[in-house]
Amino acid sequence: MAQERKQTRRTEEKTEVVDEATEVVDEKDEESAVDKIDDLLEEIDSVLEENAEEFVKNYVQKGGE
Amino acid sequence: MAIPKVIGTETEFGITIRNQPDFNPALASSHLVNSYQGGRVRVQWSFDEESPGRDARGFGYETYGLTDVDAGLVNVVLSNGARFYVDHAHPEYSGPECADPLSAALYDKAGERVVASAAESMRTALRSGEDLRIHKNNSDGKGNSYGYHENYLLSRLLPFSDLIHYATSWMVSRQIMTGSGKLGTENGRARVPYQITQRADFFEEEVGLETTLKRPIINTRDEPHGDAAKYRRLHVIIGDANMSEVQTYLKLGTTALLLSAIEDGALPDALELADPVEATWRVSHDLTLNESIQLGDRGTITALEMQRQYYEWLSKYAEQELPEDVWADVVAEWGALLDDLENDPTKAADRLDWAAKYQLLEAFRDRDQLEWDDAKLAMISLQYHDTDPQKGLAYRLERRGSLRRLFTDEEVEQATVHPPSDTRAYFRGRCVVQYPQSLVAANWDSLVFDTGETSLKRVPMMEPLRGTEEMVGLLLDDAPTAAELIEALGDHE
Repeated sequence: MAQERKQTRRTEEKTEVVDEATEVVDEKDEESAVDKIDDLLEEIDSVLEENAEEFVKNYVQKGGE
Repeated sequence: MAIPKVIGTETEFGITIRNQPDFNPALASSHLVNSYQGGRVRVQWSFDEESPGRDARGFGYETYGLTDVDAGLVNVVLSNGARFYVDHAHPEYSGPECADPLSAALYDKAGERVVASAAESMRTALRSGEDLRIHKNNSDGKGNSYGYHENYLLSRLLPFSDLIHYATSWMVSRQIMTGSGKLGTENGRARVPYQITQRADFFEEEVGLETTLKRPIINTRDEPHGDAAKYRRLHVIIGDANMSEVQTYLKLGTTALLLSAIEDGALPDALELADPVEATWRVSHDLTLNESIQLGDRGTITALEMQRQYYEWLSKYAEQELPEDVWADVVAEWGALLDDLENDPTKAADRLDWAAKYQLLEAFRDRDQLEWDDAKLAMISLQYHDTDPQKGLAYRLERRGSLRRLFTDEEVEQATVHPPSDTRAYFRGRCVVQYPQSLVAANWDSLVFDTGETSLKRVPMMEPLRGTEEMVGLLLDDAPTAAELIEALGDHE
């Protein structure tokens, strides 16, 4: 009887620890998804033509085909 | 009746040089083509057999005034069997003939590397401050459009009227799969902030010969570039050029599948629309994919529902009639894409340019609080199509794994050098490498050699599926000069 109770307590303790670990992992996932987009936008900012307005205004092609 | 779908694509690229006051796009395009250092031969593109003015509906041999070729500008045939040249005011890459859609997608992609390589070389000759940009796109946002054309081999036995009847609705509905996306509208269409395709607004007719104005959904150009008694070439002008490899593959693969089914009379219904031209615009303008279009007098349907219906028919057809693995693969990819478009279109951002670009624009709008008409969004939309490996945004997405790839950089590089082994492009490509001094003129269906004799020698190539590695590889290996080649071909006959 005493043994069982001890084991139950240990299992409960273990479970708690596991729960905490899951929580931490979830937060990490959320962060990294947002980070990823921000990352991408920053990367694009670094290579995007600086004078967008001028570039776009002057971009004209002849009709083709 | 369905014959193998030999496929080839033509891409007109946008070209601009900033800070060059005397910029002339035709000259710049010539300069670009001349700058390419890869395996190539400058040739006279021989026009004798060309007939862009002949109409498939049987109007006879009009002299249309060859508006799509200019004899004075540079023409180069590449070692991969492609044609790289100037079409009016654009550099154009016409890929080699390919025997399956995967190969066709690879050689389409190779065109980007060819222009990027030529551009890199050309930049060394520009003045300081001049900035050369080449874009794989179809629209400048100022009312001008330039084409991306697909070519499919068909049997001459198929009445052109059947093609028009069955292919029109396909072209309208497939836009949800083929569009590369753009901001705004042009040509007087109803305003939307963003639409699925770059080309839709420029289409004004159901059927016709034109390619530069009043563009038709079905182009009736009758110029098979092959044995005209046996073959037809369907010249499709309504598609967008895509950066996404998967998208190019699907666009070409599903369309080839549809055309085979039409040849075999395997489509139960044409899904005929009341107004295909208006439907073309409305489908392109609707990001929800839910726009109802009028099905003759049989009620309404959406483009997505039409694609799903085609999928039901063509997946069965492929299973029953087309044994090659590539068709099962096309069907599988297509089905997965339709599942995503039906359930969550944002999932298609890893395959479709319009969805990837839209997602990007929305992210910037969100982060930087931008209105749809902000120049920064227009810049992003344009730079998506930049063929410079460092600047091109589609390439950034590819490298991050956000845009799926089908090919490695190495495979694409190889495709700029070597022709497909299974079409007449093989013969053409090998001749470029082996007889650069003797090859003087070319067309899709012939090569002309100067073997040192008084008259030039023309080698006809009327069969797109002959001139393969299997058929002529050894013959070429054993003919170090063009004269010997001509002799061997004479014996071969």
